[in-house]
Amino acid sequence: MTPAQFDGLMPIVILMGIAVVMFFGGHFLTVLLSPKKPSHLKSMPYECGEIPVGSAWSSFNIRFYVVGLIFIIFDVESVLMFPVAAIFRELVDMGHGGYALIIFLSFISVLLEGIGYCWKKGDLDWVKSYQVSLKNNK
Amino acid sequence: MNQTIVSYLSQYEFYDVLLNLFGNNQGLLAFAIYLIVALVVVGFCATVGGLGTYAERKISADLQARMGPNRVGPYGLLQFLADGVKMLTKEDIMPYTADKFLFYLAPLLALVGVFATLAVLPWSSGFMMADLNVGVFYLIAISSLVGLAVFLGGYASNSKWSMLGGMRGASQIISYEIPVTLSVLAITLLAGGMSFGTILSHQEGTIVNWFIFHNPFAFIAFFVYGIGAMAETNRAPFDLPEAESELVSGYHTEYTGLRFGFFALAEYIEVFVVCGVGTALFLGGGNLPFNISIDIIPTQFAQVVIFVTKTCLLYYVVIWARWTLPRLRVDQLMSVCWKYLTPIAIFNLVGCAIWLVMFNGKSLADLVFGSH
Repeated sequence: MTPAQFDGLMPIVILMGIAVVMFFGGHFLTVLLSPKKPSHLKSMPYECGEIPVGSAWSSFNIRFYVVGLIFIIFDVESVLMFPVAAIFRELVDMGHGGYALIIFLSFISVLLEGIGYCWKKGDLDWVKSYQVSLKNNK
Repeated sequence: MNQTIVSYLSQYEFYDVLLNLFGNNQGLLAFAIYLIVALVVVGFCATVGGLGTYAERKISADLQARMGPNRVGPYGLLQFLADGVKMLTKEDIMPYTADKFLFYLAPLLALVGVFATLAVLPWSSGFMMADLNVGVFYLIAISSLVGLAVFLGGYASNSKWSMLGGMRGASQIISYEIPVTLSVLAITLLAGGMSFGTILSHQEGTIVNWFIFHNPFAFIAFFVYGIGAMAETNRAPFDLPEAESELVSGYHTEYTGLRFGFFALAEYIEVFVVCGVGTALFLGGGNLPFNISIDIIPTQFAQVVIFVTKTCLLYYVVIWARWTLPRLRVDQLMSVCWKYLTPIAIFNLVGCAIWLVMFNGKSLADLVFGSH
C-alpha cells in the first residue's frame, strides 16, 4: 500500500473524532467542576421572567418553508453545475469552448427562469402581499 | 502531483525509520502523523478562535474609544482562557421542556462541522491535511452542518426565543449559501478544478495572477462571496439568528456553560475558515503579492505565515463591519440575498464563462501586459 491511499478521508475522520472527543471530554470536566443545584424555576424556558405559556413547538410562518423550497431548487442546480465548471477550462483548451458555453448558458437560463418565476410570483418578498398573488394568478 | 503531508514526509529518510518503529504498518503511521498534525491544527485554530473573541472585544473597544479587556495577562490577552475556565465551572442547565437528545447533539454537530472543514483548508501549497479533488465542494457541503446545528439548537430548546432564532438562522444560512456557492463556482470555472491545490497553483507569481484580478467578474464575485460568507457565519450586520436586542440571544438562549462555549468556539473558528477560504480562492493563498524569493526561511513555512496574515486581515474586516454597520431586518435580509446577490452571482458566473471562451482562458493582466 502506498501512502497516497490514506490521503483522502483519514484526516477528515480524525478531525471529526477530535471534535467528538473534545465535546465529551469537556462534558466530563463540567460534570467534575460545576455546581449541581437544580430547581424547577431554573430549568424553565427563558421568557424574560414571565412564566411561559404553551410550547414553542407550534405552527410557524409559512415563508420559511417557501425559502426552504426555493433553496432546494437552486442548490440542486448549482450542485449539477459543479462538474461542468470543473472541466470547462479543459474544454476551452481543447477548442470546444463555444459549444461548452452554449450548453452552460442554456443550463444557467433554467436557473434564471426559476428565479424570474419566483420573483414575479412575489415569493422573494418576505411579506408577500395579497395583491401580488391575485394579480399574477389572473 | 500529491500534496499531502504523509506523501511529503515519505520523501525523507526518517520516514523509513518511523515506518520501522510502527512495524512497517503504513496505515498506522499515516494515522499517527495525521493525528499529530490534526491536533496541532485544531490547537492553533482553537487559539485563533479564542483570540478572535479577544480581538472582537478589543477592536470594538477601540472603535468606541474604550479600553476593552486589559486585566487578565498582558494587555488582557489571556481573557479568553479565563472565559473558558469560567464556562467550564458553570452549572449545566437544560430546560425541562427541551428535547434532550437533540439539545445535546446540536453543539456537537456545530463542532464536528467546523473541525471537518479544517481538513481542506490550504495553509500552503504543500501543507493541506487532505487535498481532496472535490475540495471546495466538500467544504460547502460539510459547513452546512453548522446551519443544521443552529436550527437544531433553536428547535430542541423549546423556548420561543430559541425557536425564532433557529428558524431565522436556518433560513438565512441556506439562503446565503446560494450566492456563496455561485461565487465559488465562478472560481472553479477559472481554475478548472475543485481542489485547492489546483486553485492555488493557478495563482502563483505576482498579484495580477490572483483570481480576484483575473477579470472584472471575479472581482465582483469576491465581494459577493464576502457578504454571503458573513451572513453564513451569522456575523453582524447579518446576526439576526442571535440578535441580542430582539431575541435575547437567539438560538443559544437556553445554552449555558460549556455547551454555549462550544457554539461560540465553532462560530469563531468558522469565521476564520471562511476568511481562509476567501484568501485561498481569491487572494492567492500563501503567495506574496510581488515576486521575491525568500531563501532564509523554508518556502512552505513562509507560505503558512503569509496565508495566516492575509486571513487575519480579512478577519479584521469582518469584525470591523460588525461594529460599523447596523443590523438588517428579516425582509431586507431576504431581499438582499435573493434579489441582489443571487442575480449578481449568476451574472458573474456567466461573465466568467464568456470571458474564458472569448480570451481563451487568459487573465486581464495577460491581455494588458502581453501573454507569458
